[in-house]
Amino acid sequence: MTEVLSRTGVIRPDPKDPSALRIDEVLVRKMLVLFIRDETWKTRLKRAVVGVSGGVDSAVSVALASEALGPENVLGLFTPYRHSSQESRLHARAVSKQFGFTLEEVPITAQVDAYFRAAPVDESDPRIRIRMGNKMARERKSIEYDRSWPDGIVIGTSNKTELLLGYGTQFGDMACGINPVGDLYKTQLRELALHLGVPEEIVRKAPTAELWEGQTDEGELGFSYAEADLVLYHMVDRRLRPSELIAAGFDASLVNRIREMVRKNHYKRVMPLIAKVSLRTVGHDFLYPRDWEAD
Amino acid sequence: MSVRIAVAQCSPALGAVRRNLEMHASWIARAREAGARLVVFPELSLTGYYLKDLAADVACAADDPQLGPIAEASRDIDISAGFVERSADAKLHIAQGYWSKGKLVHVHRKVYLPTYGIFDDGRYFGPGDRFETFKSVGGSTGVAICEDLWHVSTPYLYAAAGAAVVLAPSASPGRGVAEGGDLGTAESCRLMDRFYAQYLTLYVVYVNRVGHEDGIAFWGGSEIVAPDGTVVARAPEFDEHLLVGEIDPDLVARERARNPLLRDEREDIVLRNVAGRLGLPLERRD
Repeated sequence: MTEVLSRTGVIRPDPKDPSALRIDEVLVRKMLVLFIRDETWKTRLKRAVVGVSGGVDSAVSVALASEALGPENVLGLFTPYRHSSQESRLHARAVSKQFGFTLEEVPITAQVDAYFRAAPVDESDPRIRIRMGNKMARERKSIEYDRSWPDGIVIGTSNKTELLLGYGTQFGDMACGINPVGDLYKTQLRELALHLGVPEEIVRKAPTAELWEGQTDEGELGFSYAEADLVLYHMVDRRLRPSELIAAGFDASLVNRIREMVRKNHYKRVMPLIAKVSLRTVGHDFLYPRDWEAD
Repeated sequence: MSVRIAVAQCSPALGAVRRNLEMHASWIARAREAGARLVVFPELSLTGYYLKDLAADVACAADDPQLGPIAEASRDIDISAGFVERSADAKLHIAQGYWSKGKLVHVHRKVYLPTYGIFDDGRYFGPGDRFETFKSVGGSTGVAICEDLWHVSTPYLYAAAGAAVVLAPSASPGRGVAEGGDLGTAESCRLMDRFYAQYLTLYVVYVNRVGHEDGIAFWGGSEIVAPDGTVVARAPEFDEHLLVGEIDPDLVARERARNPLLRDEREDIVLRNVAGRLGLPLERRD
């Protein structure tokens, strides 16, 4: 009984105590494997397609998919742009070797560069970099969707931290049929990755979307995932207000900045708005479950 | 004389009543083979849980021929199963029927419709308005559908009315995966089942489903808890399972003799207290 309370009832927000984020990896693994299996088979699909970047998030997604559907039913796609590192390629291959799924390499440099060549851009301009990054993310996703046809599902790799911060490209890396890792913060995903047997080198390296050379997520965000995860956990999971977090000793500018990112990017997490004019409208009052099964 | 009962920890298909009827038939057959006199299915076992607008599509009257196969199958084993009931005045209810010897003998309509967090029952269904006991193979019995059980007054009212058994068909989503223990929901439910069983001195038959609907996992973990607080049988988490266990009416009697909480219960005080607060004061008769 005391244990139950200590785990669920009396977690206090403390910027120096990351233990609130710890998860039961065995339980989470079981839940996520069953989720992938159930939600894939229910749609009469049997294969999974996962973009494998060489990073930890996609390593976890593809490992879970391989366990759920059998590695023979999983296709990993490594889709390098010219900025992508040899290290990423080696890591993607290591993940493929570890979990037994087929990995294919489909470069995206030619099509992305062809597109931007039509109206030449200055790659050193940060706004252009963002456009190019978005284009790469959507290019990759269009390949994953193409390769999923006709009997495969695209498995998402966006973690809870990215989803909440909106740190991703809508209809790009955020797009998927199902997402097994979207309710796990980055630090929790790392914990799960080690449990699943993802090589430690991949788990420990600095996260990067490799949208330009030398980019790292934490460098771009201006805070670490460890910091963000703890703030988000107390703010979202435990429903504490920013003022309560600040009173508990969290850095005010960090808390406010994170809160604003969550708000500003919420549109990325929901379906596009449909203007309601008729008596019954998709998304408003035509509300059927997605898992609407055939009888 | 103990009575063997079975719990069908199954995974209904969402909105597919015909398929679910076939699924029920196979679990009923297995329960019969296991020598059970009753098989209990989870909440909305014939329709699936997160129905949303499908609720109206799958609804039927409690005596609808659509439910005929369940009634028919109950000739040699009692069956409790969940469906969407359309009342005579066309309200939709989350209902749990109890069929015995070919007939529907009791229907409980879920009273407490959770409409918060991941739940939206109150948007699609109307609430039931009573807790009535009936006679099952285990003796006097009450049904608490999922959220009903979370309200302390539900099992209390059944116990006060003399129930020896509370059947608790559920569609409980699993959540809470913090390190160092079981699933958060599982811990809460087990605490609840045991508390009610032991302090109301009755059997709690907790019947949860498994499978996924729209990304939400139902965690299973069905269990039969005896009036002395012991777990008679418990199903695994997340996997389909036919759980079989014995209910012993003599144990209810022994526990009530040893621990006569119900005998000493003062319903009159409860009634006066509640009535007074609601502005309906009752006269003292003593």
